[in-house]
Amino acid sequence: MARKYELVYVVSPDATDAQVSELHTQVEQIAQRLGGSIEKTDNWGRRKLAYEIGPHKEGTYVLETIDGGGELMKEIDRRLKVSDLIIRHLIVRIDEEQAVIDRTRSRRTDTARRRRVARGLPPDRQPGEGQRSEMEDDDRFDMNEVER
Amino acid sequence: MNGRKGSGARGKAGAQGGQGGKDGQRRPMFRRRKVCKFCADKIDDINYKDVKLLGPFVPERGKILPRRISGTCAMHQRKLQVAIKRARQIALIPYVTD
Repeated sequence: MARKYELVYVVSPDATDAQVSELHTQVEQIAQRLGGSIEKTDNWGRRKLAYEIGPHKEGTYVLETIDGGGELMKEIDRRLKVSDLIIRHLIVRIDEEQAVIDRTRSRRTDTARRRRVARGLPPDRQPGEGQRSEMEDDDRFDMNEVER
Repeated sequence: MNGRKGSGARGKAGAQGGQGGKDGQRRPMFRRRKVCKFCADKIDDINYKDVKLLGPFVPERGKILPRRISGTCAMHQRKLQVAIKRARQIALIPYVTD
């Protein structure tokens, strides 16, 4: 029954680094109090907002992956709504979607392997085989893309 | 399933060709068959955080690019739509731009 959620919040650009990390510890404390835990934290740093929110044109994005129940997320949601420093936040449940993704992915590799074996090839793709090159590393958050 | 999707896209393209015919230039428009980017590239995870992935599906005006233009398959368009709407909520992608 363990659920996994993803929380993204946008902190006001006026906030100092200390305040941002304090918000993180606050979330962590709530999570611990209600029997959850933070699995991963990712600070994306300061980004330009796609649209203005009140007076703000940019914000600090923080992403947290949290294990815990619905009650915990409700409490976090409530707390974040109250907070002045946070200009936007979004909570998304990810465990179910992740399971679907993993399933499709494993199914695909399985069929690919089976077909390769049926063709008399080794199950995995050999280096230098095929036309498609390896995926270039994605620097995910490219500002130019957003501003367009 | 693939074939049906392709014919639907082509039908629309044909209608546009008919419009072009008004100017007296009737030529058989050859259109490349559109393929779903997510199926072709085997992208399983359409994530709202991935602005780079969603960007091409949100044209200048800020609207979601329709399936008949992008050629995305129904399943992936649905996932794409959810992802874009989530990204909008946290100001990664605009709702509107003028």
